[in-house]
Amino acid sequence: MKLFTYDAVSSLPAALAARRGTFFAGGTTLVDLMKLEVLTPERLVDIGSLPLTKIEATPARLRIEALARMADVAASHDVLRNYPVVAQALLRSASPQIRNMATIGGNLMQRTRCSYFRSVAEPCNKRVPGSGCGAFEGDNRSHALFGGGPACVATHASDLAVALVALDATLTLTSAKGSRDVPLAEFYLLPGSSPSTENVLAPGELITAVNATGGPRAARSLYVKVRDRASFEFALVSVAAALALEGGMVKDVRLAAGGVGTKPWRLAAAESALRGQPATLAAFEGAAKRSLEGAMPLSGNGFKTSLLERTVVKTLARLGGVS
Amino acid sequence: MIVRLEVNGERRLVDLPPLTRLLDALRGPLGLTGTKEGCGEGECGSCTVLLDGDPVNACLVATAQCEGRSVTTVEGLGALDGRARETGGLSLLQAAFVTEGGAQCGICTPGMLIAAEALLRETVDGANRKPTDTEIREAVAGNICRCTGYQRIVDSIAQAAALRRRVSPADWVRENLPFAKAEGTRGLL
Ligand SMILES: Cc1cc2nc3c(=O)[nH]c(=O)nc-3n(C[C@H](O)[C@H](O)[C@H](O)COP(=O)(O)OP(=O)(O)OC[C@H]3O[C@@H](n4cnc5c(N)ncnc54)[C@H](O)[C@@H]3O)c2cc1C
Ligand code: FES
Ligand code: FES
Repeated sequence: MKLFTYDAVSSLPAALAARRGTFFAGGTTLVDLMKLEVLTPERLVDIGSLPLTKIEATPARLRIEALARMADVAASHDVLRNYPVVAQALLRSASPQIRNMATIGGNLMQRTRCSYFRSVAEPCNKRVPGSGCGAFEGDNRSHALFGGGPACVATHASDLAVALVALDATLTLTSAKGSRDVPLAEFYLLPGSSPSTENVLAPGELITAVNATGGPRAARSLYVKVRDRASFEFALVSVAAALALEGGMVKDVRLAAGGVGTKPWRLAAAESALRGQPATLAAFEGAAKRSLEGAMPLSGNGFKTSLLERTVVKTLARLGGVS
Repeated sequence: MIVRLEVNGERRLVDLPPLTRLLDALRGPLGLTGTKEGCGEGECGSCTVLLDGDPVNACLVATAQCEGRSVTTVEGLGALDGRARETGGLSLLQAAFVTEGGAQCGICTPGMLIAAEALLRETVDGANRKPTDTEIREAVAGNICRCTGYQRIVDSIAQAAALRRRVSPADWVRENLPFAKAEGTRGLL
């Protein structure tokens, strides 16, 4: 590990005063990537003991503070009842051991699992801008269908982020200058020509909370994750859906996919195809076809297109109670 | 950096660079080599210890994060179990791994035991009920074993849960000998 300084802070103002540091929360991403020398921060600011761990999940609103642990949010009965997609995405993330350390803010800020990014011996524009992308023409079975290009095709790895996009969630970002709310869907940036910039967070700015509005759609939501083994694995494809039904018709719907995008991927075309349609298998299958709009399969990940289509159908069918 | 922590019930103090992995603090200055390193990346679970009662990967925890907290390693399991003397210093859980064949090469075993211990504390000790098969499998989902094929590990944990549970003899008969109910439990008890 490279040399760095370490300070633990115990209040929000102290954390925000530390403008040039890298925040250290649960450490499950940072300890790993610092050991691999993928990340070499010069100054760590340990925010692990900040009093930002509240979880509020009433039928009307969801607010999770950034230092809440994944395990605690996943175990919350209110989250499961009113925002099931969030609890399900978290329970299907990582392992009990990791969920006991990892925080919500850290989860949303975790780095891609792309093996070229994780190996300092390989080229990677995200890790070393300008060094090239090993995956675009290399081993890309786990890489993105959407939002990538020759500069980078790494997927965003967070399951929680996919669930939150399906809830139209916003993040509260706080800096020494004050707070702002940013929709999660706009928080993440496409790699474009500078894959090393992944989000709109300013230096020294902290994610302090995740917010979403409740209602019938949030209450009827589901996360389905398809992976190489039944537990403890990142998604090949995952789908988060939130469905509002009225008299057997789809009143409104949100669909987002994981494992397929360079950021959590909202399936907007499929959503609009479904709005106002009867909640039938035929309508779900029709909408699922539209979920592939804009897909750009690589040499090794073409299987994800049919997997995504089928996972969308399965998720909607389970939510809509049809088979 | 000086870090004060409680390890297996004893107050200890280490002076180490803050990001030293808890795994290295345990195996080095604290002299507890029961906790194993498999992958060093959070993937295998062989380094699992309890931090304030919750299972965590000691390879992903910085020693600085343990200030004022309590750590339980596999060395602490036997001593914590009231009935350890009857089983030669092993806890019931450890003994069940021996009798049910839950350990082969042993590399994953300390981590498996700790992950299972957390489950038994929550279900058996906390709620006085046996964990379900799914709960057992999810509790050790973060622990990889290359030898056993897992079934015997699941069996070992189920066996330990049955033994550890404080059940009345009547409940035990009803749950474990389903035919007894049909024939009337009176004669059996
Ligand atoms: C083996 C393994 C398997 C995993 N499987 C999954 C999985 O299936 N699904 C999934 O979603 N995740 C998975 N993860 C990722 C895991 O969820 C993340 O490592 C974890 O959530 C990171 O949280 P942390 O608190 O430990 O972050 P840290 O390691 O402390 O920080 C991570 C990053 O976030 C920044 N950061 C942390 N908190 C804040 C904040 N409040 N504001 C701004 N920046 C912040 C840090 O500066 C750092 O860059 C897995 C991880 C491992 C090691
Ligand atoms: S050594 Fe810690 S999880 Fe493998
Ligand atoms: S007993 Fe050998 S790895 Fe599990």
